[in-house]
Amino acid sequence: MNEELFVSGRNIPNIDPHLHIWHWPIPLYLFLGGLAAGILFFAALFTILGKEDKVPGAIKLAPLVAPVAIVIGLAALMFDLTHMLYFWRLYTTIRIESPMSWGAWVLMVMTPISFAWAFMYFRDVFPNFHWPFKWLYTIEDWLKTYKIWLAWALIPLTIVLGIYTGILLSAFNARPLWNNAILGPLFLTSGLSTGAAMNILFAKTPYERHLFGKIDLGLIIVELFFIIHMIMGYYAGPTAQREAVQLLMGGEFTVMFFVFIILMGLVFPLILETFELMGAKVWAAIPAILVLLGGAVLRFLMVDAGQMTRYLY
Amino acid sequence: MITRRKFIKISALGMGAATMGAGAIQLLGAHSKSSNYAIQDFTRYPTYCEVCFWKCAGWTYVDKEGNIVKIKGNDKDTHSNGRFCPRGTGGVGMYHDTDRLQVPLIRVKDGDNETFKEATWDEALELIASKMKSIKAKYGPEAFGLLKHGAPGKHMEHLFKSYGSDTIGEPAYAQCRGPRETAFSMTFGSWVGSPEPTDIRDTKCLVLIGSHIGENMHNGQVQEMSDAIDNGATIITVDPRLSTAASKSKYWLAIKPATDLALLLAWIHVIIEEELYDKKYVEQYGYGFDELKNHVRDMTPEWAYGITTIKPSVIRETAREMAHAAPAVIVHPGRHVVWYGDDTQRGRAVAILNGLLGSWGRRGGFYFPEGKSIPKYPHPPYPDTKWSWETLGEQYPLAEMGITTEIIRASIPSEAKDGHLVKAWMVAGTNLIKSIPNKRLIEDAINSIDFMVVVDTMPSDIAGYADVVLPECTYLERYDGIRSASHRHPSIALRMPAAKPKYETKPAWWIAKQIGERLGLQAYFNYKNYEEVLDWQLKKIGSSLEEMQKIGVKNFDREENPLYLSEGEPYEFNTNTGKIEFYSTELENKGFDPLPKYTPHPEPPAGFYRLNYGRAPMHTFSRTVNNPNLNDLMDENSLWVNPKSAKVMGIKNGQYVWLKNQDDILSTFPIKVRITERIRWDSVYMVHGFGQTNKSMSRTYGKGAADTEMITHIMTDPIMGGTGMRGNFVMLLTENPHTNKNAPQKEEQES
Amino acid sequence: MRYAMVIDTLKCVGCSDCVVACQTENNVPVGYCRDWVTESVGGTYPSVEIELRSERCNHCSNAPCVRCCPTGASHIVEGGIVLVTHDECIGCGACIESCPYDARYTHPDGYVDKCTFCMHRVEKGQKPACVAVCPTKCMYFGDLDDANSEVSQLLKKREHKVLAPEAGTQPNVFYLI
Ligand SMILES: Nc1nc2c(c(=O)[nH]1)N[C@H]1C(S)=C(S)[C@@H](COP(=O)(O)OP(=O)(O)OC[C@H]3O[C@@H](n4cnc5c(=O)[nH]c(N)nc54)[C@H](O)[C@@H]3O)O[C@H]1N2
Ligand SMILES: Nc1nc2c(c(=O)[nH]1)N[C@H]1C(S)=C(S)[C@@H](COP(=O)(O)OP(=O)(O)OC[C@H]3O[C@@H](n4cnc5c(=O)[nH]c(N)nc54)[C@H](O)[C@@H]3O)O[C@H]1N2
Ligand code: SF4
Ligand code: SF4
Ligand code: SF4
Ligand code: SF4
Ligand code: SF4
Ligand SMILES: [Mo]
Repeated sequence: MNEELFVSGRNIPNIDPHLHIWHWPIPLYLFLGGLAAGILFFAALFTILGKEDKVPGAIKLAPLVAPVAIVIGLAALMFDLTHMLYFWRLYTTIRIESPMSWGAWVLMVMTPISFAWAFMYFRDVFPNFHWPFKWLYTIEDWLKTYKIWLAWALIPLTIVLGIYTGILLSAFNARPLWNNAILGPLFLTSGLSTGAAMNILFAKTPYERHLFGKIDLGLIIVELFFIIHMIMGYYAGPTAQREAVQLLMGGEFTVMFFVFIILMGLVFPLILETFELMGAKVWAAIPAILVLLGGAVLRFLMVDAGQMTRYLY
Repeated sequence: MITRRKFIKISALGMGAATMGAGAIQLLGAHSKSSNYAIQDFTRYPTYCEVCFWKCAGWTYVDKEGNIVKIKGNDKDTHSNGRFCPRGTGGVGMYHDTDRLQVPLIRVKDGDNETFKEATWDEALELIASKMKSIKAKYGPEAFGLLKHGAPGKHMEHLFKSYGSDTIGEPAYAQCRGPRETAFSMTFGSWVGSPEPTDIRDTKCLVLIGSHIGENMHNGQVQEMSDAIDNGATIITVDPRLSTAASKSKYWLAIKPATDLALLLAWIHVIIEEELYDKKYVEQYGYGFDELKNHVRDMTPEWAYGITTIKPSVIRETAREMAHAAPAVIVHPGRHVVWYGDDTQRGRAVAILNGLLGSWGRRGGFYFPEGKSIPKYPHPPYPDTKWSWETLGEQYPLAEMGITTEIIRASIPSEAKDGHLVKAWMVAGTNLIKSIPNKRLIEDAINSIDFMVVVDTMPSDIAGYADVVLPECTYLERYDGIRSASHRHPSIALRMPAAKPKYETKPAWWIAKQIGERLGLQAYFNYKNYEEVLDWQLKKIGSSLEEMQKIGVKNFDREENPLYLSEGEPYEFNTNTGKIEFYSTELENKGFDPLPKYTPHPEPPAGFYRLNYGRAPMHTFSRTVNNPNLNDLMDENSLWVNPKSAKVMGIKNGQYVWLKNQDDILSTFPIKVRITERIRWDSVYMVHGFGQTNKSMSRTYGKGAADTEMITHIMTDPIMGGTGMRGNFVMLLTENPHTNKNAPQKEEQES
Repeated sequence: MRYAMVIDTLKCVGCSDCVVACQTENNVPVGYCRDWVTESVGGTYPSVEIELRSERCNHCSNAPCVRCCPTGASHIVEGGIVLVTHDECIGCGACIESCPYDARYTHPDGYVDKCTFCMHRVEKGQKPACVAVCPTKCMYFGDLDDANSEVSQLLKKREHKVLAPEAGTQPNVFYLI
């Protein structure tokens, strides 16, 4: 029999049974970041494609969610900092090698842009609303004039933000479950997918709903592909990764993974959306909500399970 | 039966007096924002450690606010060589522990209800003095017994001898090293003593019979064993468990428990038969070699194999290794050697083996230690006593110190002989409930006596039984006697306070003097404070208090005799024959086997496992279990179980179990199972000291189980009265056997 | 200059003095630790072996904790010592997640803390506290760039290993086996 134990020091509640440094705020932050990225990506994309009139929900309505999501996400991130009063240190330096650093900077840039976008269409959504100051109208006009530039800026920014939510985790070689190159694209896809789902919820026209249904369908297929690839990658990886993936395949997180993420978050919406596209009567909100929940659970699972995996002990 | 003296949980009395703010729990004051903390300038004061009895000398560091922050070894010290062991380093926790005793406590009865009330020192001391007077008047001073250990014991011993009582005992004899001291006295005419004069750093072969150096953290031994490893010495460890030392050994002899004597005799057989012994040495210094040779003739490795399960080839090979290294070989005498009741005889076999190998008085074997004798501060001669520890231990003719269990027995009227009844106790610096086996006997005794004082720093298990509890300050807050070490050369060390005593605590010397004065014994305490005594003594040996406060340790050159015997040097051993007695004339005179014999000991009955116990390097008995720093390293003990046995019992790693011993005694608390290959299938192992029953030890109360509770079958050594404790067997219970889940087991038994 | 620690597992007895000594030297609060001791047991009774190891930050030459730190609080100084500047640390936990050895912890005051190789002592020419206290003298500290240093010599003479080499961090704490 082999045995490995801590004689002293580490078998204390502050560190073991396993490091649990990142609590619920981090997956929440990753989810909301991905969601905001997805929403703004589509808003920007269709603006550039000149489809403003065809997808008003995606361009005007859903983006109202983005700044809220980003602010809540940022607040969650701040909340999980243990030395919170020093958070401004994030913005005294740019550290290219630190995903946390460029994530913070991307968000820094994204926050005003997301506000600007929401602001620009706010009165389109609420026609009876009036700005209290004259200069706000000036800004609104100015923004609308240059919105195409804003849209162009958003394309790379949202992709970076979307990928970032995955890379933040996959950059950590130390956690075998996180340490795989697919996490970035997977989280980006999942973010886009949740964005599309949000657009389904906010769709103003059946055309818009169908369009995003189709897009989401494609994204879900890509996501499933990534997940299968990821799992195979773990099995092909070193011992630590093979052990890590056991958490998902027959371990503590198996039910959460297969039932909530694969089945409810991906397969069901896939089936429902296919039916809907084929003309069956499905209440479109159901697959959309499932996708959103699945996206959230994916982050919670990966963050939680990842922290339990390690090289030693 | 309603007990006269109920166990009082000290927590019951809202120790409000001086509870510290929660901040104090953070231990070392405020944390600073940067690592600059460590660069601060500290003041250091000399001390010697009281966390165990190795007495390493070191320095206590105090920051600008007067907080004690760290303790380090004194480079000049022969016990520590500048390196403390974990317990010594963690000694700071003793000072910072907020669970410490803070004020004197007096037991008060209110109908059936008994509690402690906080008292002034005057009240408490007055009460003790009046009891000491009345006991003396009614029964004679001898009826007031002293059970003590460590530094406080020395001061109390002086008080008791001045008062007229030499009814004194400590667990470091009959529960510890008594048998080996008697065995070595019988053989070499000299105790092994402490620190052991084992020349480990220069040895070529170190043989450990159970002594688990590395877990047994006696500093000098550990350090030198490491030197020996560096020097490529062969280590042979005989232990049924894979001790840490065993894991470092070239040979680990996984012996069947309780059979060591057979192995030792077989080794002796091989060394004699193969003529591997030091012929010149044996011829010049030995006595009774031929008798020995005859005696072991049939004790072949093949014979021993059947008993010990150690292969004959291994026995021969290891015997040759020893002989090859001789005389730079040490068959270690061990220290806690009260195992199976024939311990003096096992010690004799160890001594004989060393004698044959010629290691006594030889480089790499045992050196001749030399110490500085400290003159006694002048006082009138102690009064004669009518009876004493010697009288109580008469049954054990070769006992050389007080036998705690005999003093305890003599406290029970039906057991006391010749009217030598002990009526009251002072307990200073020993936690009898944990250190003396057979709790029943202790509780009977406690219920029989009229009065009991406990002097302790912590609300220990025993404090709960006292009529008066006196809070001593920790060793970091007081002066104490000079530590005079016998070592390769003489050295002395000073202990001085690094901080003022916290709360209302006082040093033992002050307590002794206060009681003495109240008894009219001023002449024995003819000084204002202890500095005066120390300065007087130090000046007599060519130093001074002032000097020692600066240097902490002073080393002297040897004056008496050389460190080792020189080739062929005539030497008279302090035995009846003046020789190394392979054949012990003294044992023969007293009616014991003059040569050690192997006798089998009982084995665990079906369903039971032999209870083995030992030390964890980061704890000292029960005295450190509540220490915040050391508790941090290990906060409960576990029960080692072999995977095979665990499978048979269906027990899982990490599961909690209760224990029941052969006498149906249940453990009060459950203990966590550690399934490990380091232990035999017929034994379980646990670290001694855990399973605190006093709730006021908040960090450790109820954590782990106490081996002592399970030790009710005692195999007494007929030669010196040692309490053999390794003949107990336990069963593992997965369900809580206590019907009242919270009640300590004691109350259950009484119903 | 490349500081390194070499620890002889054949002498370590797992006493954990290194852990308490670090605690009192560096004011590590009770309940936390910068170093710790592990025990590995292998075999079947009575043919059993154990390895005891005192572990801490490896002051990796390729330190992911420094790379992932968004503020630069985690940094490397002269001699390769990896440090955390407490008042630049925001407590984001990235470095903790990035360390394959779990060598860092969050101090109750919020910042992340870990072994400093006792910089404050090393600067003064002293040994780190854990090295200085170890009763078995099984820990060695010195400069690997100096071929004559005790640590270089030991690594030359004795078989050794580092922990989790597959993590690619290039540790500077070595274990003699
Ligand atoms: N850390 C620490 N160190 C201490 C102390 C402490 O409290 N803590 N106390 C000090 C004191 S006062 C003493 S007396 C010493 C005691 O230290 P030792 O003299 O080393 O203690 P023992 O109890 O004799 O040894 C325990 C070992 O004996 C083994 N053993 C059990 N049964 C048998 C048997 O039948 N045969 C053989 N060969 N071995 C057996 C056990 O497996 C265990 O490894 O330690 C001293 N050092
Ligand atoms: N079951 C079992 N019993 C054993 C042993 C075993 O291994 N197993 N070991 C035996 C051995 S080898 C020995 S040496 C004995 C040791 O027996 P003890 O010396 O009785 O052991 P401790 O449990 O350390 O108890 C010491 C008490 O002194 C207190 N104390 C500590 N420092 C001070 C101080 O400065 N002043 C005062 N006044 N009190 C202080 C502590 O709080 C504690 O209550 O136990 C023996 N008994
Ligand atoms: S061996 Fe350890 S506990 Fe004992 S006196 Fe020395 S430092 Fe103190
Ligand atoms: S102090 Fe030394 S012997 Fe003790 S655990 Fe640490 S490295 Fe090992
Ligand atoms: S051991 Fe961990 S904390 Fe230390 S340098 Fe390496 S990665 Fe960083
Ligand atoms: S917790 Fe502090 S040191 Fe660690 S990565 Fe974040 S800012 Fe840097
Ligand atoms: S080098 Fe210093 S900081 Fe690092 S573990 Fe050792 S004592 Fe602690
Ligand atoms: Mo002892």
